Amino acid sequence: MSFPLSLTINGVARNITLDDPRVTLLDLLRERLELTGTKKGCDRGQCGACTVLLDGRRINACLALAASCDGATVLTIEGVTDGDALHPVQAAFIAHDGLQCGFCTPGQIMSALGLIDEGQAGDDPERVREGMSGNLCRCGAYAGITEAVLDAQRRLAGQDGRDAS
Amino acid sequence: MSSLSYAAPATVDEAIGLLAGASGLAKVLSGGTDLLVQLRSGRTRPALIVDTKKIPGIIGIREVDGGFVIGAATSGAMIGEHAALAAVYPGVVEATNLIGSTQVQGRASLAGNLCNASPAADSVPAMIAAGATAVIAGPKGRRTVPVEQVVTGPGRTSLARDEFIVEFHLPKRAPRSADAYLRFIPRTEMDIAVVGAGVNVTLDAAGVCTAARVSLGAVAPTALLVADCAAALVGSKLDEHALAKLDLAARDACKPIDDKRGTIDFRIKVAGVLARRAAAIAFERAAARS
Repeated sequence: MSFPLSLTINGVARNITLDDPRVTLLDLLRERLELTGTKKGCDRGQCGACTVLLDGRRINACLALAASCDGATVLTIEGVTDGDALHPVQAAFIAHDGLQCGFCTPGQIMSALGLIDEGQAGDDPERVREGMSGNLCRCGAYAGITEAVLDAQRRLAGQDGRDAS
Repeated sequence: MSSLSYAAPATVDEAIGLLAGASGLAKVLSGGTDLLVQLRSGRTRPALIVDTKKIPGIIGIREVDGGFVIGAATSGAMIGEHAALAAVYPGVVEATNLIGSTQVQGRASLAGNLCNASPAADSVPAMIAAGATAVIAGPKGRRTVPVEQVVTGPGRTSLARDEFIVEFHLPKRAPRSADAYLRFIPRTEMDIAVVGAGVNVTLDAAGVCTAARVSLGAVAPTALLVADCAAALVGSKLDEHALAKLDLAARDACKPIDDKRGTIDFRIKVAGVLARRAAAIAFERAAARS
């Protein structure tokens, strides 16, 4: 039994045929499309390393069947940069030491992008910590991650202000 | 590895036909955040997965006759962002917001949280307290049942194999009505309830409770609707006497297990405390909605 799928991944339309409905969005990205920036940590929705944006919303790619994402738009860490220029969220993670080993970082950055889009955290470190609680960091870079998210959010809000004027 | 079929029907009738005709175990997929974990661990080995998300109306929130209709596969994230729902049913929304992380809520649904039939599901006591009903579709048409009648035990529901939930109804509110949900976990985020308590009240113009529903989670094989807790609240302004009766009724209703998250004695004590605290929040919110 085969399953034809149409997905837009990082702005590129992809037509894919799956031979097994068990394939998760995470395995499709990593094993079939060689988009290995999205990491597999726990593979059960607990660590957040596989966070991607599906139709603009944060999800764990390990908890979505690829077949179930037919017609969707997916943004992964590979689609975040504009050419060689880092996205402001990426730059903020470097500036604030929001990482050590880096394994969780793609998921942290995708989650931060989602959180900033949701607009629910404001300038409150406690709410940023709560909003980022689905992303574990075994190195314990949480303090830097919180600072990076707050800083990136301020910078992005400033950019929007300039665009509007 | 055994073979697994997947189907994403476009109508309710097509989904029922697939469930009825399945040879072997068929599982309904709404959000999938529990089902995928169980598939991977081998805890469930279905022959067929019926993905309901392509059915029109199964995702979305509508205001109908002063109440709300929530599609069965609506994500927790959509529920959390619905300002009108949060204003009228804050307890249901805050309970849904406690299910896993924001990423999990990007997929997780009320129908999945209910039909996974964990005694610790966060949205379930809140839905029961709120008086929510589930609309269940099957070969003989649709039936509407109170949410407290859906789960029959851990991992078991009253749904037939060819039935599935299509939507939930939250009734129109009387004036001065509100709900609240609290859960206890040993950390602040990302854990499973040791105890959960949902309280829904209606007050009169003088602040006296005229109607109440109280539901407890994670203290019995299913979430409980505790009539004695409601009786402790009705007729009171939530004075110390009413709180003491509520606490006692909540503790009396508990039939918990000992596990790594909490002992029987601890769960019983916490159930009384959470019922009191949730009642205080519900009363305060109801008074503000006059």
